[in-house]
Amino acid sequence: MSKKIASAAIRGAHQVASQAEEELEKALAEYGPEQKVELPDTAYFLPVIYAMTGMKVEKIGDMKDVMQKIRNLLPKEPEEKLWTPYLGPTLDSGMATLFADEIIESLKYIEEPIPYHLEENCPPEGDDFWLGAANDNMFRKRGLEFVDGSAPGFAAIVGAAPSSEIAADIARELQEKNLYVFMSGSNPEGLSFAEQLREEGVQMGWETRLVPFGKDITATVFALGFASRVAMAFGGVQPGDFRRNLIYNKNRTYAFVLALDEVDDIKYAQAAGAINFGFPTIADTDIPEILPTGVCTYEHVVAMPKQTEKEKIYDEIVNKAIEVRGLKVEVEEVPVPVSYGPAFEGEIIRKEDMFVEFGGQRTPSFEYLQMLKDSDAVEDGKVVVEGPKIDEIEEGSQLPLGVMVYIYGRDMQEDFEPVMERMIHTYFNQASGLWHNGQRDINWVRISKTAVEEGFSFENMGDIIHARMHQEYGSVLDKVEVHIYTEEEKVLELREEAREAYHQRDERIMGMEDTDVDTYYSCVLCQSFAPDHVCIITPERSGLCGGYTWLDAKANYEIIPTGPNQPVKKGECLDQELGQWRGVNEYLEEASRGNLKKFSAYSMMVDPMTSCGCFECIATILPTANGIMTVPREFDGMTPSGMKFSTLAGQIGGGVQTPGFIGHSKLYIASEKFISADGGFRRLVWMPKMLKEEIGDRLNERAAKEGIEDFVSMIADEEVATSEEEVVEYMQEVGHPALEMEPMM
Amino acid sequence: MSKKKKNDKTNEVAVDKASCQALDCASSANVQLVWDRYEQQSPHCKFGTEGLCCRICNMGPCRIIEGRQELGACGADAATIVARNFVRLIAGGSSAHSDHGRGVVKAFLETARGENEGYQIKDVDKLMEVARFFEIETEGRDKYEIAEEVGERALANFGRQEGYSDFIKKAPQKRQELWEREGVTPRGIDREVVETMHRSTMGVDQDYKNILRQGTRAALADGWSGSMIATELQDIMFGTPGEPGETGRKSAMKFEANLGVIKEDKVNIMVHGHEPLISEMIAIAAQDDQLIEYAKEKGASGINVAGICCTANELLQRHGIPVAGSFLQQELAVVTGAVEMMLVDVQCVMQSLGDVLDDYHTRVVTTTDKARMEMAEHIEFDESKPLESARKIVRNAIDNFVNRGEVNIIEDSKEALAGFSFEYIKYMLGGSFRSSFWPLNSNIIDGRIRGVAGVVGCNNVAMPMDSLHIPLVEELIANDVLVVQTGCSAIASAKAGLLTPETAVEKAGSGLAEVCEAVGIPPVLHAGSCVDNTRILHALAEMVNVGQQNQRLNIGDDVSELPVAGAAPEWMSEKAIAIGQYFVTSGVYTVFGGTFPTIGSQKVTDYLFKEYEKVYGATWDNAQDAHEMAGKMIDRIDAKREALGIEKGAERVLFDMEMRREMVD
Repeated sequence: MSKKIASAAIRGAHQVASQAEEELEKALAEYGPEQKVELPDTAYFLPVIYAMTGMKVEKIGDMKDVMQKIRNLLPKEPEEKLWTPYLGPTLDSGMATLFADEIIESLKYIEEPIPYHLEENCPPEGDDFWLGAANDNMFRKRGLEFVDGSAPGFAAIVGAAPSSEIAADIARELQEKNLYVFMSGSNPEGLSFAEQLREEGVQMGWETRLVPFGKDITATVFALGFASRVAMAFGGVQPGDFRRNLIYNKNRTYAFVLALDEVDDIKYAQAAGAINFGFPTIADTDIPEILPTGVCTYEHVVAMPKQTEKEKIYDEIVNKAIEVRGLKVEVEEVPVPVSYGPAFEGEIIRKEDMFVEFGGQRTPSFEYLQMLKDSDAVEDGKVVVEGPKIDEIEEGSQLPLGVMVYIYGRDMQEDFEPVMERMIHTYFNQASGLWHNGQRDINWVRISKTAVEEGFSFENMGDIIHARMHQEYGSVLDKVEVHIYTEEEKVLELREEAREAYHQRDERIMGMEDTDVDTYYSCVLCQSFAPDHVCIITPERSGLCGGYTWLDAKANYEIIPTGPNQPVKKGECLDQELGQWRGVNEYLEEASRGNLKKFSAYSMMVDPMTSCGCFECIATILPTANGIMTVPREFDGMTPSGMKFSTLAGQIGGGVQTPGFIGHSKLYIASEKFISADGGFRRLVWMPKMLKEEIGDRLNERAAKEGIEDFVSMIADEEVATSEEEVVEYMQEVGHPALEMEPMM
Repeated sequence: MSKKKKNDKTNEVAVDKASCQALDCASSANVQLVWDRYEQQSPHCKFGTEGLCCRICNMGPCRIIEGRQELGACGADAATIVARNFVRLIAGGSSAHSDHGRGVVKAFLETARGENEGYQIKDVDKLMEVARFFEIETEGRDKYEIAEEVGERALANFGRQEGYSDFIKKAPQKRQELWEREGVTPRGIDREVVETMHRSTMGVDQDYKNILRQGTRAALADGWSGSMIATELQDIMFGTPGEPGETGRKSAMKFEANLGVIKEDKVNIMVHGHEPLISEMIAIAAQDDQLIEYAKEKGASGINVAGICCTANELLQRHGIPVAGSFLQQELAVVTGAVEMMLVDVQCVMQSLGDVLDDYHTRVVTTTDKARMEMAEHIEFDESKPLESARKIVRNAIDNFVNRGEVNIIEDSKEALAGFSFEYIKYMLGGSFRSSFWPLNSNIIDGRIRGVAGVVGCNNVAMPMDSLHIPLVEELIANDVLVVQTGCSAIASAKAGLLTPETAVEKAGSGLAEVCEAVGIPPVLHAGSCVDNTRILHALAEMVNVGQQNQRLNIGDDVSELPVAGAAPEWMSEKAIAIGQYFVTSGVYTVFGGTFPTIGSQKVTDYLFKEYEKVYGATWDNAQDAHEMAGKMIDRIDAKREALGIEKGAERVLFDMEMRREMVD
């Protein structure tokens, strides 16, 4: 019965609170109240505490107020007889536990060495594989997956499975259902789920969606910290607005706790904390249940032994958890002998694990998708392999590769070709044991030994393309035929044909201007998480996440007419320079539920476009330099604005219009319309080297058209400037054109 | 228990052991009680009972007899006479609650202005909540300054001539529109009572529907204004039940109920009536070390304050002060011989207390000029120095300890929980961070909770005490109906041990029991005194609101669509009629037990019992026994569930991304 859970959770909360208090006292004695304390690279301080109370914990001394809050929240255990209502107090003690967790965990980051591996992925060897809290970059990178539904939520696993095989099966099933798996704590024997996966040789890290947070149960709070940040970053929820944050998560983040092996008092306390977010707990042991609904969408605590026969517990636990959370997982079947799904996209195939590789500048290769207008020319489902087969080659081989995809569809358009072709990258990567990089004629593919052992063949590459193209583009195509070439002669011959097509496409797309079209496209894909945000995508300004160009959006609209990309008639032009149109503004007001009234397509100063939170880059003004800087998500160093990417990202996102800041795609930087109302590319005075390398050529080309040669070298980067002053010095040195421009503000 | 002949009768008048024991004592001492007087009054006048006696002018009294004398001297027919009498009951009831409310506002204003010591602005959160509702600026302002403005705004509701009562806006939008359409939206409280008296006097309003329409306006002015002001401001001054008190934790309040709370070794002070203004101060004064010392000097071991009727409900829900009994037990308390003082304020106080006194040492003290008794001592409560007045009164009670004669201490009392205010219910269902009514709606949709019933009202000597309350409540919870109670009906359940969390396991249906176990609540919730029926109004409005915010949790766009029902099984006061009328016209199907004061006119009764469904989406009803009453209420709840399409519970909906995009947080 629930009273037992309440009693246990309240006892557990008191224990965690006492531990936090002790460790806080110790830290105060050792480091003093002024010692800085922070989780790695986040603008959200200790995110659960910040989200729920608005308190910014920056120094150890700040934790004393939090401790007081914890004490105020901690209730007494319910009495034996004539007990008073305990659900509310239990939920309070759960929240107190999370606050205490955050104190305990964040204090670990002032230890030397930090007991966590501060990388995105676990190292291949060794015991030091626990990753600790996600930094903002990691979590924002995952943002798009959360908002577009390719990762509908996460499973927080505490404890350990009965065997490492079962652990690997559960993890794989969760991956196949596209969920993230966050791991913390251990069972009474001190064994943890992550260690079990390690034993099975499973790749862990953010890339494979299997994230080991920490072996201590207090690391469970990192999962809730992640959820709290999603609400603040994408949902526009203000710090301290606990109710909106929690309800946002209940409605939008499909997470649950899987409690494996014994649930002790402290685990109950963590579970109580998670219930505040609407995240239920599903246990594999015979614990009391809380079935009535309300705080969570459905049940609150479910014990598998009460739900099914003993032998079936682990076969059914994942499906049960998903059902209890109220999540609809849409998994498309792909007929290949390996696991398939977005969770496997991040898998890396190291050279030692590789069976065969293609392309990657080592052998000639290409991939080319072509529509044919004659129905009879395409045989649906046909996959032809010409050249050596997988059973005819040796382990560690390198082969040439040509992938020709022929499409027929009554509603197919030539414009969709590049959009669909680019999907091969994703489709291949989502197969476990198949790795893909690059595109067109710079593609690079590896197949792992494990995949070959599981029966993967070259034909399967064709099967994947066939199945996935039908799943996603079924409304515009009728037939898909795939030819895989692995003999050099044929590859070289067809590559020429493909290159001709690439060239023509580029000409067509590059030449496309905003004035050529009367319709833009919206993207409200992110409204699942950022309900107030709307993207307007124009030919010269792609979506800020980097995922969607105007053509993509157009294709998506034609493929799913009621989907998240809708045509927006430009209507009367209100301001040519700023890029404002009546039709766009009217659409905006409606689609943002009245939150936004006006957008400028070409300005970051006047009515700038908003962001959901998953922008590739953030641009912000550097006033004394009379220009702007832009920083991509991957760069975690300091910028001349005095803020790192993570802090800058906290300034925008969630559909908030912040003049002087925009989120944008990398592609947009070299666009003719890049903040053209504010002075255009000439305003660019700083960007990290990594970004220069990525888009430098295109930007130089763009500048050259305006008569500025080698413009990228005039832009300061982190090697010459990390402060605004240094940027200005550098600009003067190289004679940056922004110095001569009108004041930006 | 004694085996004297009177014993047979005690079973007919009361169902609880304590009362039977006290009745025995009274009987052996030959003390006349309410039951004896009731017997002397029987048989009762049929015209009066049925609402057909008209005494509003000196040409009467006129009585209507169908087929023989169908019109009064002035020509008024049965419908007019019955309707007039009915709305005059409403006016009486409404005036009682509202004048209580006015007293609260006055004390509140004095507190805000620093004109009295002792009272406080205790629940600042609620003050801010009410201030925000009134759209009063709160930013950077002192709480007393805000309170003063809140008090002034509240006071303006009594004499308002233009516009509507402020709190009307708390009702669901659809209900407000219905009232507007029907022309029953209340204006100033006093105005509605006065207009009701005017329109129902000789020779004025002669269209029974129109008369009743004004009655509705007076009733709504009670529920959504006078009573609501009383509840809200009392909460701000004395603390919202369930909100953190001295312990700093939100919690339901434990208390003991029944005559057994009167202690032999203590100075027993009974506070009786309806207002907490004075009794709150008595409760504080009773903890005064000097006074306790003084009591010890007089041979007592301490001071025991216990309540009767709704003064008890006010005190127990905030402080856990025990309740000695309900309205019908006021004389029985004195019969114990151990009550040093019976301190009365307003409403439901029996004049006979004075007569009973002849045999006992108990001092009856009246405290307000509104309610004096010939036989009682009157100590006018000085509201500018409430605590000092209270100390004086307590000292006076202690002085009386030495005058005790024989005492008949009754052992029986039951433990119970109270404090289920609107705010506390939200907290208990979600904690500090997720407080809301969502789980209630959710479990109603799932079918674990079939519906919610308000069981409220008085005790009535015409039937054995609690003989309808208890079986009704038991049958409702056995059928998975969550019961919310106020007034003497709540005291009845407390005495029967129903207000305990254990009751869920022992007596509730499995679905309701499961929810009770999840939350840790009794299946029967004590929501306060009879003015606190407004807490139920708030709860009903919130059940609608939740569905407006989250369509998946919708259980009706108006109160009349909710699977709920109300009852006052043992009603006697005209306040009950006012309450019944405001519930019915707010959309709650409401069943009264005993006789009903309109049955003299088929037309009026049909209108209230049938046609009201078309007008207000809910009707009055009448039932003679608990089983019939429960059946009617459950049928109503089931009909509403069916209309909502949740008769079989909810389907499990699994959410995809598109559904999430359409969601509004």
